[in-house]
Amino acid sequence: MPDAPGLELIAQGIEEGRQDTVIETSFEHDRATLVVDPEGVLHVLSWLRDQPGQAYTFLASVHAADYLPATPRFAVHYELLSRERVERIHVKALLEDPAATNGDSPSDAGLPELDSCVELFPTAEFQEREAYDFFGIVFRGHPDLRRIAMPEDYVGWPQRRDFPIGGEPVLYTHNEIEAPRWFE
Amino acid sequence: LEVERESLRARQLRARDLLRGDLEGKDLEEYVEERLLTTTLENVLNWGRANAIFPMTFGLACCAIEQISLVTSRYDIARFGAEAFRATPRQADLLILSGRVSIKMAPVVRRVYDQMLEPRWVMAMGACSSSGGMFANYAVVQGADKFMPVDIHVPGCPPRPEAVLHGLNKLQRMIRGRPDLGWRQRYNAEGTEEWARFEAGEPTPEAIERAALAVTPKHSETPPHLTGITDREEETDA
Repeated sequence: MPDAPGLELIAQGIEEGRQDTVIETSFEHDRATLVVDPEGVLHVLSWLRDQPGQAYTFLASVHAADYLPATPRFAVHYELLSRERVERIHVKALLEDPAATNGDSPSDAGLPELDSCVELFPTAEFQEREAYDFFGIVFRGHPDLRRIAMPEDYVGWPQRRDFPIGGEPVLYTHNEIEAPRWFE
Repeated sequence: LEVERESLRARQLRARDLLRGDLEGKDLEEYVEERLLTTTLENVLNWGRANAIFPMTFGLACCAIEQISLVTSRYDIARFGAEAFRATPRQADLLILSGRVSIKMAPVVRRVYDQMLEPRWVMAMGACSSSGGMFANYAVVQGADKFMPVDIHVPGCPPRPEAVLHGLNKLQRMIRGRPDLGWRQRYNAEGTEEWARFEAGEPTPEAIERAALAVTPKHSETPPHLTGITDREEETDA
């Protein structure tokens, strides 16, 4: 875990390579987080991986999140680990929802896009597919971007917060009266 | 008891005579008639099928762990002749759906079922394969009987192995053509079904009472047993 000044040094080092990449740093509960520009996420990851003295060579997790009422709506999280020093750093790329700005109907608007980091970390391949499957986040340059858990012909991005949860209401004796003639 | 013992002794002596070839004529015919059992071919077939069920080696989720323990010596499904779990649907008679069926797995399950040879049976083990269970969401089929026929539903989450064996026994009785009666038939309670109160004509008193209880607010100030149900009959009739 880099401490708070260490995190600022990392942010400074990243900024030297590419201006305006780090939007925000936060250090809470011993967890270092870099909020970065989604266009510069490859620069951040390769810097953290290749910079001597950093060597965050292990990508522990890639996952997406949907913070629906907030803008930007989506985020892709990268959990990096330095196995030499057993230090972790958390990179968060915030993504706008193109559907919110492009048009009224989400169907004709595009999906949020981001550069794929499969070239840097091959382990990200399945995890980016999972993020695509459940949140509809497109990873540019991914070698094989298709659904991984849901059926291939599934329509929709089921883990988004505006996706209906599905299922059927269960009938008990107490709410049976709300569904009259259910047995037909 | 004495009489039984004597008749048993007599039968033993006659069996000995038969084996020696001493029985002839009328005695022989009598003996054969006593020893024979007449039935139909269908009954014999079903008897054999019921007592030699080959289940499919097939697990879907956590219920499969309970399904494994069916074969162990503690529960011993071999007592009912169903211990030969076959690794191919072509040789299996019984498909135990042990777990939730996701919408991606449903075509696979259906295909396995289609590959089984007739006669075949399906047991939905546990809440998930019967109704979706706790997985009321976009990914799980809400009950396997939406896409394939199911003969026996075993409730539980997961069901105890004893419960599965009980379901297996019920299935065996179904196969023999003498299925167990439902509890409404056994306890002479027909007409108390959930839909009885919706049926046209005069509602039964039980149906009225149940409907009155159903429309009572759950947290009413007066408990339902104090208000009485006589003044609620008009509401439910309307």
